Amino acid sequence: MDPLLVLAQALNGIQFGVMLFLMAAGLTLVFGIMNLINLAHGSFYMVGAYAAAATFQATSSFLLALLAGIGAGAAVGILVEIVVFRRLYPRDHLDQVLATFGLILFFNEIVRMIWGPTALYATVPHFLAGQVEILPGAPYPAYRLAIIAVGLGVAALLYALVSKTRIGMMIRAGASDRVMVSALGVNVKVLYTLVFGLGAGLAALAGLMAGPIFTVESGMGENVLILAFVVIVIGGIGSIRGAFVASLLVGFVDTMGRAFLRPLLATVMANTAADNAGPALASMLIYLLMAAVLFFRPRGLFPPRTR
Amino acid sequence: MKRILTTVFALCLMAGSATAAETAKIGFITTLSGPAGIIGKHMKDAANLALQELHGKIGGLNAQIVYGDDQFKPDVGRQVAEEMLKRDKVNFITGVIWSNVLLAIRQPVLSSGTILISANAGPHELAGSLCAPNFFSTSWQNDETPEAMGQYMTEHKITDVYVMAPNYAAGKDMVTGFKRYFKGKIVAEVYTNVGQSDYQAEISNIRAAKPKAVFVFLPGGMGIQFMKQYAQSGLRGQIPVYSVFSADETTLPAIGDAAAGNSEAGFWNYDLDNPANKKFVSEFRKAYGYIPSYYAAQSYDAIKLIDSAVRAVHGNLKNTKGMIAAMDKANFASVRGPFKYNTNHFPIENFYLFKIVKTADGVYARKTEAVVFHDHKDAYYNECHMTN
Amino acid sequence: MIMRKPGVVSSRALVTLVIIAVLALVPPVAATIGEGFYVDVFTRIMIFAIAALSLDIILGYGGMVSFGHAAYLGIGAYAVGILAFYGVDNGFLQFGTAILASAVAALFIGFVSLRTSGIYFIMITLAFAQMIYFLSISLNTYGGDNGLNIDRPSDFARLVNLSNATTLYYVVFAVLMLFLFLGQRLVNSRFGMVIRGAKSNERRMAAIGFPLLRYKLTAFVIAGAMCGVAGALLANQDLFVAPAVMQWTRSGEILMMVILGGMGTLVGPILGAVAFLALETVLSDLTGHWQAIMGPILVLVVLFARDGIFGLLSRIGVERSRG
Repeated sequence: MDPLLVLAQALNGIQFGVMLFLMAAGLTLVFGIMNLINLAHGSFYMVGAYAAAATFQATSSFLLALLAGIGAGAAVGILVEIVVFRRLYPRDHLDQVLATFGLILFFNEIVRMIWGPTALYATVPHFLAGQVEILPGAPYPAYRLAIIAVGLGVAALLYALVSKTRIGMMIRAGASDRVMVSALGVNVKVLYTLVFGLGAGLAALAGLMAGPIFTVESGMGENVLILAFVVIVIGGIGSIRGAFVASLLVGFVDTMGRAFLRPLLATVMANTAADNAGPALASMLIYLLMAAVLFFRPRGLFPPRTR
Repeated sequence: MKRILTTVFALCLMAGSATAAETAKIGFITTLSGPAGIIGKHMKDAANLALQELHGKIGGLNAQIVYGDDQFKPDVGRQVAEEMLKRDKVNFITGVIWSNVLLAIRQPVLSSGTILISANAGPHELAGSLCAPNFFSTSWQNDETPEAMGQYMTEHKITDVYVMAPNYAAGKDMVTGFKRYFKGKIVAEVYTNVGQSDYQAEISNIRAAKPKAVFVFLPGGMGIQFMKQYAQSGLRGQIPVYSVFSADETTLPAIGDAAAGNSEAGFWNYDLDNPANKKFVSEFRKAYGYIPSYYAAQSYDAIKLIDSAVRAVHGNLKNTKGMIAAMDKANFASVRGPFKYNTNHFPIENFYLFKIVKTADGVYARKTEAVVFHDHKDAYYNECHMTN
Repeated sequence: MIMRKPGVVSSRALVTLVIIAVLALVPPVAATIGEGFYVDVFTRIMIFAIAALSLDIILGYGGMVSFGHAAYLGIGAYAVGILAFYGVDNGFLQFGTAILASAVAALFIGFVSLRTSGIYFIMITLAFAQMIYFLSISLNTYGGDNGLNIDRPSDFARLVNLSNATTLYYVVFAVLMLFLFLGQRLVNSRFGMVIRGAKSNERRMAAIGFPLLRYKLTAFVIAGAMCGVAGALLANQDLFVAPAVMQWTRSGEILMMVILGGMGTLVGPILGAVAFLALETVLSDLTGHWQAIMGPILVLVVLFARDGIFGLLSRIGVERSRG
């Protein structure tokens, strides 16, 4: 196999994984700390993408679009937290699933009412439009390299935030013992709202970065949402480190499956059979991965120590 | 609620004047919610425009179009069809974007004797073994558009082609149609996931395979994503893209410059030079402010076809045989220009090659470049044995 | 749970009886007002009610949140479709296969999934449903994504004619009543007590010495098989099967029906299916933006009607009788 191609596909896998991580990080934080299943997490991703694309169209300023996207996502997240989610924390997971499913329907439709049914146009900023020659003969889109950089940067920041700062300490404490944290005088309500806003902002960041390469349309969040859930379940719920490892794992497995599974199968079976089995198997691969991981480690790769 | 109220209202009317003039009712099934809702919007706008041009009358009768949302699900489409047949008592059913929805509603609609007109979907079953007297199409059989692309590429000696489509029935049909007329060499035939959003892995593979051209069928959001990512990878200037149903007026606003210069094929375009089309396009743009897609053109023609049939039987909606015979003549000013119906009730029509260009108004649209097929027939009509 | 106030019991029974009576009377009423179409609508609603009821057995009583229940709907429907494709019309064979196939699938999925719990269980059942969904799309022989036409409904030795809408209605009604009865018997049996006990305190039940995994797996398989029957009935109503019946959103919808109606009640899911599908039909007639209304309604139900519609109705009944 062409080593340059394998290298390019490895980069593709990392880039896809990094995108997933931005989604999964917020999801796993919210789940780990507030014990809330939020199906509407994909809606923040969508809101971020829409707000950024609309701002970019109006102002042609990448910076403004970035701020608008993250701002809108975080704002919507905080608003929804105050109006709906606060009442859902003490409920069981089922109630949360139903209510947040309702929110998905609502947000998808609201977006269509505001921006119309046509997908929105979103493009890469000029300074990232070209390709970078990572090795001679292997050009790679600059924008995707930027996504990798941003994703790794955010991962490092999150790590620092959670393990080195006071807020991080409260977050960690909140995850392991809610009652004690509030007994220590921490305003848990505000802490929860902040963490929620942070998660929503990260999802919005993922959405606005996805805009130029994916389609900015109503319902765009659900495709990534399922994958993000797969990621946090494989990683172990509540674990940022687990989410990071699992994101890269899922991104890698999915990309490699799509790139090499069919040619690989073709070496052991007839071409037409490989044509049929290859893509079908490739689309099932990450679910197989999840089932296998859970079979051997029912609480994910990095299960939280408490509870 | 509205339906219930209108039903009550209709019952009162019936009680009041049993001799009131008959109303022609057309059931229009399309997707109005979700991401595919944009296609439904094009179709609904066009059908409304057609009825408006006819002053709200079909063949001289007062007329009403009942819209139904299939939500992109065949079982929901089937329920909507049953609703229209049994509750709204429609005289015709048309619309229908998706092949699976059309196959799901085929049995109840056709066996009730109601005339069914597909304004988009054209699965091979309905052109061949499952053809029926009371089924017509104002669009095409699924294979025909990729056939045109295959023919064009063969004529222009384009070879070493990388073929890509989603891994589902329509995707396989498209590739089958393409290969029926494409005589050059195929470098690779790749099937991607349905609804896939990231094509970077496939694009890396294309770069490594070094083909001379790429043929894709990636409808809706898949097409938007592929075109954008392909342009970002820098391959667009090097390996040209030939596509079907992947860059049209429903998706081009979101694709923008990334598809400029690509080739598409089809039976109709907004710039086709005939009086009916000029009128349709200018009225449409005036009313709705955007360029109509082929989905719109097919829907507009469907309403006009129904009008011609009801006119031919002088408003006697019970005369289904008469209306079928009239439809068979295709006696209306189609936006594609004059055409004939084949024995399987699919149009015998021209197919063209289009290039994606930036128009004078700064939007991206298809521009007609060449005629690929004159009076093309689909590949299945010989399998159709209609029994009356 | 065991010591209910007498008022509650009677009002619950009353609501149940009213539902059964209403469902039994749909065809004659529809015929009287000349809207035979409602027979089809309610046939479909009852089929989903069967699916929701089967889910309630493991969800409401066993606490097993399966987010992949639509998979069994699909397996049941495809069992009928694929046999019909090969010209096998025999209804006993078709339904038998549907039950067997969905039970086997549930056995395998349950065996793997029941090792996990909580959100992990939700996700792993979803994963299996997704795998089956993708598999069905790639089954080109059986139409793949386009779906599979069924020429004739199941033939039960010419005893019943399922192509008659009213006959099909009462067959579905009978199956629903049968499952309601069997479900009641099941959850009140010793077996049911163990399952319910496992929901409230798994460790204690295990400590007492019950082989819990085996009990839970059995319940999981029963629920899967029941849902398979719903799928086989759906195939008979639609005379068509497509992978779209097992999209993950469909699993979500069945889950909604159970919660909306009131889980752990068996009758609740029936109410939930009626409410969910009727709401969907009415709202989508009103506006293309109906989901913007449907969404908040679901949120409000969760926030303010915690035990679902069934609970709400029963409570109204209680207050009236105390009047």
